[in-house]
Amino acid sequence: MGKLFDKLNSDVRFIEGIKACINCGTCTAICPAAEVYDYHPRNLIDQIQTRDDEVITELLKGDTIWYCGECMSCKTRCPRQNAPGLVIQALRKLSIETGLFVESEKGRQQLALKRIIGETILATGYCVHFDHMNLDVFPEQGPVWQWVQDNRNEVLAKVGANYKGAGPGALRSMPKEDLDELHKIFEVTGGNEWFDKIEKDSSQKAGEMGLGYEDGNNSPYFKEIFSLNNQEKHTRS
Amino acid sequence: MKFEGKRKIWSDYQKEIADDKFYYVRSCIRQNIWPGSENTYLRVMRDVLGKDVYESEHHTTCTGIGYHTEVVPLDTLQTVVARNFSLMKDSGYENYNPSCVTSFGIYTEIFDTWHHFPEEKEKARKFLKEATGREFEIPKNLAHTSDVIYKFRNEIAAKAKYKFINKHTGKPLKVVDHIGCHYAKMFPAKGIGGAEYPYVLAGLVEAWGGEVIDYPERRHCCGFGFRQYLVKANRGYSIAASKKKFESMEPFKPDFIITNCPGCNYFLDRWQYALAEMDGKTYGGEGYGIPVLTYEEAAGLVCGIDPWEMGMQMHQVSVEPLLDKIGVEYDKSKKFKGKNGEDLGKPELPNNLKFCE
Repeated sequence: MGKLFDKLNSDVRFIEGIKACINCGTCTAICPAAEVYDYHPRNLIDQIQTRDDEVITELLKGDTIWYCGECMSCKTRCPRQNAPGLVIQALRKLSIETGLFVESEKGRQQLALKRIIGETILATGYCVHFDHMNLDVFPEQGPVWQWVQDNRNEVLAKVGANYKGAGPGALRSMPKEDLDELHKIFEVTGGNEWFDKIEKDSSQKAGEMGLGYEDGNNSPYFKEIFSLNNQEKHTRS
Repeated sequence: MKFEGKRKIWSDYQKEIADDKFYYVRSCIRQNIWPGSENTYLRVMRDVLGKDVYESEHHTTCTGIGYHTEVVPLDTLQTVVARNFSLMKDSGYENYNPSCVTSFGIYTEIFDTWHHFPEEKEKARKFLKEATGREFEIPKNLAHTSDVIYKFRNEIAAKAKYKFINKHTGKPLKVVDHIGCHYAKMFPAKGIGGAEYPYVLAGLVEAWGGEVIDYPERRHCCGFGFRQYLVKANRGYSIAASKKKFESMEPFKPDFIITNCPGCNYFLDRWQYALAEMDGKTYGGEGYGIPVLTYEEAAGLVCGIDPWEMGMQMHQVSVEPLLDKIGVEYDKSKKFKGKNGEDLGKPELPNNLKFCE
């Protein structure tokens, strides 16, 4: 048994996610990711069960573990109650802990997610925020959303929201004391350390790739990881 | 009532839902994209059903989307959730009532984790105390907001102004439901009807006069996939999943889609627009597409709440063809007006998807 396998096996999600695989392939049949990516949860579980650190290392630095959408359809249908989606969560955690996430195109996207979702949580108390959801980043929002954004105060008031207001209600401004408690939780539980780890390893990788790296969403490295899609590499076609 | 076949199976998946005194917790996605739906839930609960629903301004995101994109560690997630439970304890309420399906999935997962690994619960307790000085208790009852509407569906039907019946033909409207993956795929016993025979929304549709379509890809994911949508490079995953569903439901000519999860509602609405603009293809409605309603909007329509007060003008797929089939009274001229009647202009027209101005 390898050291990396031991690490995986200390994650409650891994323990819950893999019990006795009978190799039936139901997880692959039901998987939305398997329809669009060269992704086979059945194979992944086979690889993990080798307990071989070399095999696990290849997974941690490859694209495969980032294809899953964590919909957990596999959990429902597995006749043995395994959940490859939970195993994926443990593998992704280990990929970030070991710094190997920056070695794959899909793994490098972690920086974009840290900045889009992670920083929004700390800044606003919401996972996503109305003010950040513009059509440059989300063009499929369509012209109605542009109209809503352009007339935000009037439209949001009409539908009963409390946009940036005090007190309860949709889209309220989060009280400072609550954001302070949230920040303290991130500090105590390792959330901030996690953010720093993603930034540090990404910065180093950007240097290796010769791409500019800075805060925000406009540096060459950010643009590359947010938009680059080597589709032929990721699909079976 | 005698249950047979699929009805027998979903009747095995019933859960306890509190009767009153709910502690309401808002959803990040629903607040941002469908804020009128949250307001509608409160109006139906308080004004139509006379229920006590308490809301604290102090709760934050559960960080679920951060957790499922691997930017928020499990310890952090569990402690933020513990803080939200602590706020409920302070309020004196015991029935936790989240508006978000991702959050609901997070809570069911955490309860299961804490049951099998009590040391995880103790860790969360220790972290919360250290960070905030707070203590928490597990809610006495956990029910998603749609579970609560389901529980009171017949009371709503008894007070209904409208039914899901085509006023021109007298026949039930054909409805596609989508309950969202994290409602019951992880823990089927926690969802009404489980994951395979979903009944939480079907029960509403039937109680309010409609007919549910059991189409082949009914259980397929809408395509959010967290990172598979949030990162632009991955969005092919997302739109492909929604497209698979639209193609599967199209032959059944649904009058509308009803959703449980605010994210699913977004994708099933917006990807119809994107597919129309990309491929020129629309999935019914004579080029207008298939209207996509949150369950709150569906309940609000039945109760006679004004569509524009519920935020139905924020949909990219126009809802007017559906309103006209039901016979809802509404003022077309107020769709794009402000609260006080101010003229807010109009959105640009899509190139392919027909749109009611």
